[in-house]
Amino acid sequence: MGTVRRFGFIDCDADTVWAFVGAPERLHEWFPITSCRVEGNKRWIVLAAGITFEEDIVTLDHDLRRFQYKIVNNPLITFHLGTVDVIPDGPNRCLLMYSTDMDPEVLALPIGGAAGVGIAKVKEMFDRK
Amino acid sequence: MGRKILFITTDQQRYDALGCNGGMIARTPTIDALSKHGITFDRAHPQNVVCMPSRSTMLTGQHVATHGVWMNGVPLPEDAPSIAADLRATGYATALIGKAHFEPLLDPFLRFTENRMGAHRSTNENPNDPHRGFDHMELATHGAAGALHYSQWIRDNHPEAVMNYYRVLDNELQVNAEGGGDTKAPQVHVNPIPTDWYHTEWVAQRTIAWLESLPADRDWFCWMSFPDPHHPWDPPASEMHRVRWQDLDLPENYIANSTTREAVLDDKLRHWRGWYDGTFVSNYEAPARWVPATLTQDQVREVNAYTHVENELIDEAIAKVMGAIESRGWGNDLDVLYTTDHGEFQGDFGLLFKGPYHVDSLMRLPLIWRPAPSANIAPARVSAPVGHVSLAATFAHIAGIAQPSYVEAPRLPMHQAEAEQLGHERVLTEWDSVLFGKIVHLRTICRDNWVCTAALDGTMSKAGEGELYDLTHDPLQHVNRWDDPSVRALREDLLADMWDNLPSQHLPLRSMDAPV
Repeated sequence: MGTVRRFGFIDCDADTVWAFVGAPERLHEWFPITSCRVEGNKRWIVLAAGITFEEDIVTLDHDLRRFQYKIVNNPLITFHLGTVDVIPDGPNRCLLMYSTDMDPEVLALPIGGAAGVGIAKVKEMFDRK
Repeated sequence: MGRKILFITTDQQRYDALGCNGGMIARTPTIDALSKHGITFDRAHPQNVVCMPSRSTMLTGQHVATHGVWMNGVPLPEDAPSIAADLRATGYATALIGKAHFEPLLDPFLRFTENRMGAHRSTNENPNDPHRGFDHMELATHGAAGALHYSQWIRDNHPEAVMNYYRVLDNELQVNAEGGGDTKAPQVHVNPIPTDWYHTEWVAQRTIAWLESLPADRDWFCWMSFPDPHHPWDPPASEMHRVRWQDLDLPENYIANSTTREAVLDDKLRHWRGWYDGTFVSNYEAPARWVPATLTQDQVREVNAYTHVENELIDEAIAKVMGAIESRGWGNDLDVLYTTDHGEFQGDFGLLFKGPYHVDSLMRLPLIWRPAPSANIAPARVSAPVGHVSLAATFAHIAGIAQPSYVEAPRLPMHQAEAEQLGHERVLTEWDSVLFGKIVHLRTICRDNWVCTAALDGTMSKAGEGELYDLTHDPLQHVNRWDDPSVRALREDLLADMWDNLPSQHLPLRSMDAPV
């Protein structure tokens, strides 16, 4: 199984960052994808290469500030669990962490790379100057 | 007008692939002629033995520790130094046609410019500040898959040929272990594609088209980069009559006796035997589900036959480009540099492909500099150790511009004595792989006809272990002298020299964003 983890510290309070990244329908505002659509506990995202991933939203815990999802109904992907955590680090700083575990393992790498871009974008948006 | 520069690279080609280097199988008269009239380097090493780090060194003139592309899948930063950009700034028209691979190929998010340009059928996304300094990029890789220009071209023009190519990745996106041909050797495949549609010919024809677009009085730098003879081995089937695998001898460094072979492997760092037995796959450079210990002698012969057919096609493609250049009247002012990014086992030690194995199979490369005839530089063979890290400074020298401050090695020498004057005493090669917890770090120096590799802490080795080979008396590198007390002082001297000359690595390592 491929497992990757990307993270960044953001100079902003956890609630503010979570209000953004904890909104599944806003993924395209920070993750390098073309579009996303949410219906109930389902999400569909479209990648720039034209690939659509269908996802089940597994966890959306505003208390824990944790979002988890699975890519489903994909003939290539036999296992997937993605996790986004926002963890407070004092009143004005937080840790944004994205983890993915998946098979085939090689796909974890580009998803991890995209997560790195996404975290950098959130940092750019929310870091207090 | 100044000197024009044709920089020719192949991918995964051995030193002995060429007739001018003693190769006896592929006929390579065009490249042999470059050697005859130019400077041939007999001890040229890459700074890394996989594609992306090695190619990044060619472009930047920097060791891997400095440019930071420590493994395939780690993108070269967009703002990394580029000798192409410097040449362009002095008025050169610049192009890269064929395989670039400064950025990952597996890119479903289309994050990387190379893939995006291919997907958008663009050859320059930003004419005022072109990507890595190339006015024109038309890119290809090892087949018809992916977003690059060749893939788009064949899908647009010959869609029926797309499936003729070997499927590089299997259903789990691992490097495919499926075998083909007569012997079911891994990554061997009978490809019914017409030669005119094959990527080698496409690279040559797109190069000619770009050259023909230039005004006669324009200076230019063209990096013509053939994806072959890298696996998969699937040249046009119509060309296979050139080399019959049944007629080939086994390579000199294929050890036929399995007991002897395994003893040689056991004498090296432990990851060699781990890979051979199929218990330790450290990187994506070979099929994960293929076990080298199963490789048969006939499979070695067949892989070699396919490889040498590809080598011949490359030579003929170069001849066409050289003819086009002559017809434009540029021949007298043309410098040609020829090399490859890294080598290939091709049966040595009973192995195929590549990985963390710092021996001649992967490190000793063809490198030829045929200076412009107008420069009146005498032909020579140079045995001093040199590396790709010297290419950027060499291009600058040819163009008559100052050596860029970012490069980390002097230009290539024009003869043996000049090698000493310029300080070509040693050449360094690095390896880092950290694939889902399987860690290998190696640092290697070649100097005074010795190759010394130090392992750093990793999954199967720890700092203090290594390999040491005497190229004079053990050219096949069968005897690891690392623990030999009689050469302990030499080993320590080589290691001290290596650490003195190797740039510090930027830590933490940059993220690996794809397997390749």
